[in-house]
Amino acid sequence: MKGKLACAVLLAPFFLLLVTVFLVPVGTAVWLSFFGADQPGLGFGPERTVFVGLRSYVAVLSDPTFLGSLLTVVLYCLIYIPLMVVGALTLALLLDSGVAKLRSWAQMGLYLPHAVPGIIAALIWLYLYTPGISPIIDLFAKADIRISFLGVDTVLPSIVNIALWSNLGYNMVIFYAALQAVPREVLEASVVDGAGPVKQAIRIKAPLVRAAIVTVTMFTLIWALQLFTEPVLLSQSTPMISTRFSPSMYIYDAAFTRNNYGLAAAASVILLAFTIALSYGVTRWTNRKAA
Amino acid sequence: MTLLGRTTVNLVVGISVLYTLLPVLWLVLAATKNVDALFESDLLSLSNFSFADNVKDLFTMDKGLYSRWYVNSVLYAVVGAAASAFISVAAGYAFDKYSFRHKEKLFGLVLAAVMVPQTVLALPLYLMASETGLVNTFWAVFIPVLFNPFGVYLGRIFSQGYVPDEVLEAARIDGAGDLATYFKVALRMLGPGAVTVFLFQLTAIWNNFFLPMVMLSDQKLYPVSLGLYQWNSAASVSPEYYPVVIMGSLLAVLPLILAFMLLQRFWRAGLTAGAVK
Repeated sequence: MKGKLACAVLLAPFFLLLVTVFLVPVGTAVWLSFFGADQPGLGFGPERTVFVGLRSYVAVLSDPTFLGSLLTVVLYCLIYIPLMVVGALTLALLLDSGVAKLRSWAQMGLYLPHAVPGIIAALIWLYLYTPGISPIIDLFAKADIRISFLGVDTVLPSIVNIALWSNLGYNMVIFYAALQAVPREVLEASVVDGAGPVKQAIRIKAPLVRAAIVTVTMFTLIWALQLFTEPVLLSQSTPMISTRFSPSMYIYDAAFTRNNYGLAAAASVILLAFTIALSYGVTRWTNRKAA
Repeated sequence: MTLLGRTTVNLVVGISVLYTLLPVLWLVLAATKNVDALFESDLLSLSNFSFADNVKDLFTMDKGLYSRWYVNSVLYAVVGAAASAFISVAAGYAFDKYSFRHKEKLFGLVLAAVMVPQTVLALPLYLMASETGLVNTFWAVFIPVLFNPFGVYLGRIFSQGYVPDEVLEAARIDGAGDLATYFKVALRMLGPGAVTVFLFQLTAIWNNFFLPMVMLSDQKLYPVSLGLYQWNSAASVSPEYYPVVIMGSLLAVLPLILAFMLLQRFWRAGLTAGAVK
């Protein structure tokens, strides 16, 4: 179609937003990371902004609390992502096998937590982790098992559980939709070849929904690296979560508690670079596996 | 399949459904308890039933702040998602039906924007908002959520699928201008797709926590998520906040659950388009 004017009118509002709330902020973050506030005259003179080169990056990368937060989020991803992808895919395969009963009701039930906002999901689980309120802890106590969900070793798995609970059904539906698109002839052929239902699921169906697996892994990874809401909420109730627990919390703390914009911006750019590098790694890795 | 196999399949699915449903059921039951009963955690006993009292407490706590938060959330989410869907679908349609210079490169930029963490944008957005005097206003939260690159991606896919070029050609032969064709013909065909984009963005905005936390200091502008977060921090000191936070959470979840049950086929369409194509 021609109509240049119409095309511009349809695109204009979106591109206006793209520039103002995306490109300019990303540019600002990069710019801020190279500049710092400097006060001449032993700190009594007027504040001015000066180019500090890589000073903020050196400060962030040599800060053990930042490296700790990065390590925490990597550990979180290593537990969370395999559990999520394998769990959601398994459930989708089970529902697709045609054996499961009440299929659409099961899907509805599994999907329900995705309609629960993140902060409320975290609140529900926080209460289920809190001694005195939690019926789960009471149940364990009746069996003489003392369990603390917010202890030093359990707090990370507890956060993984909240994220898993929120997103398992959502990703299951994505896999299920992809499985429904698998041509029935392929499946019939594999039955003729003598593949049982389990073998069929693992050898035939799972490889055919590879595109969906990559999509889900990528989005789960990008979201996981932003880890913020759940630990921030849980930190109200447990000393095991510091104010710099995850990179996003570190950025918030640097920017709005310590008012060190250069430091926050440098940490943001590092998080962004880390996200891009890992996503690129995932695509490369999955492409090589396909070849 | 063997009987054992069938039983295992149904058992695994059943346990998973219990895992996802029981916490929501707990929220419903806990909302009927007063503070004392909450800490006795005898959930099924009806002796301390105080559902109505909890609702009353919720709406009178801190001079009725909760209803303000609720109205704010509805405004941010419903108006924001509607405007955002309108903008995104228009852009997706333009990406599909028109050709212009660097089109695919620009579309690549749109896709890249999906990847950028919110936390990276928050500080610059905050600084920009304070420059322009928008910080701690409705607009500081409302404007950034209008940007939905994933919606543009979905919009393009829906436009490919639902709007045949022949129809647009026919409209042109009838003498309709391009914009008139979009608003009168194409937009109607894109309706279901637009609802899907709207639903996705509605959940995203209702979920939004980081941006309001950065932008807002006036409690009266808070969305429900931020308000409940604040009340929960008060609860560790004054336990009378617990039942209010629980009831507040329940009432904040209900509209979304309803929206999803009533509009099932739309989100299904979106998930399918996003994953398979």
